[in-house]
Amino acid sequence: MKKLSLLALTFALLLLGIVGMEAFSGSQAALKDPKPLAEQEDLAATPFDQMMEVISHKRCVNCHPTGDRPRQGEDSHLHNFNIQRGKDGHGVVALQCAACHQKENNLNSGVPGAPHWHLAPRSMGWEGMSRSEIAQAMTDPQRNGGRTIEEIEKHLTEDPLVLWVFEPGVNHEGIPREKPPLSKEAFIAAVKAWVAEGAPIPTE
Amino acid sequence: MKISFQINGKPQTVEVEPSTPLLWVIRDVLDMKGTKFGCGKAACGACTIHIDGTAVRSCSYAARFAEGKSITTIEGLSDGDNLHPVQQAWMEEIVPQCGYCQPGFMMATAALLEKIPNPTDEDIDKNIANVCRCATYYRMRKAIHRAAEIKATNS
Repeated sequence: MKKLSLLALTFALLLLGIVGMEAFSGSQAALKDPKPLAEQEDLAATPFDQMMEVISHKRCVNCHPTGDRPRQGEDSHLHNFNIQRGKDGHGVVALQCAACHQKENNLNSGVPGAPHWHLAPRSMGWEGMSRSEIAQAMTDPQRNGGRTIEEIEKHLTEDPLVLWVFEPGVNHEGIPREKPPLSKEAFIAAVKAWVAEGAPIPTE
Repeated sequence: MKISFQINGKPQTVEVEPSTPLLWVIRDVLDMKGTKFGCGKAACGACTIHIDGTAVRSCSYAARFAEGKSITTIEGLSDGDNLHPVQQAWMEEIVPQCGYCQPGFMMATAALLEKIPNPTDEDIDKNIANVCRCATYYRMRKAIHRAAEIKATNS
């Protein structure tokens, strides 16, 4: 009887282990890749909604803080080591973003990198904003650095720092960072379509 | 890949994998052991060096980016036998305990003084983010102010 119980217990533990591993590998896969293009169409009905799936993602908003410190990580915690915005968004004079962040992701240290790595200006802080509020800030020349809608389109679809969000590398533990739910191609198409239809911003 | 740069005023060419951390080039290829490996994640600052005069974490700096750059390590901070003001101040204030992290702190401080010759405590807090397990922060703060005095006197 004891042997039978032991056998049943062993089987149950094995089953739990398999289920656990499946769940773990599932969450890992979710971190690695956005959904296939066909499925992405279901995510949002309009180009605006599709575009904002990316723009409101933590990979973008972490460096669009409303305060003077960037955020980092999947939980968007304040950047470790008291890292500060500085006068131009590139850090303080003797502790620039480039002290650690280079032109590309560093897969050894897990430090992310892209050309001209820096914070968006304070006027482009998006923390706590709705999607429509972010879009209003993004298209307002008073807040966006005087950019036209064409320049916004170029920034969103060509700037390597923006496009870094689709290839965010691994974190300090070697775990791939979460990507936005759209692919780069789908995002670029959505931005272009949104601008082409006059950059409408829905009221909320 | 061949990579050429200046290090402590001397031209140098190395042949390494492009993504090799510059720290390993300095320590293992060039055999300069003053720059330390701490965390390997650009967090602690033990590996801080200067690249074109700016403080950089060498553990997170791919060697290929060093092409054409001017690098200074702790071995090149002094002017021959004339100690750098930071080195003098560190000795006067007897800053190190175990000492492992100190080269990184001294390089970060030397870079700070180039940008802010007379830093306030707030400047120090914002610009020096290195980590010392022995918690010599109090003595380091004194030494940073002392180094600023020595530098001002010398110049």
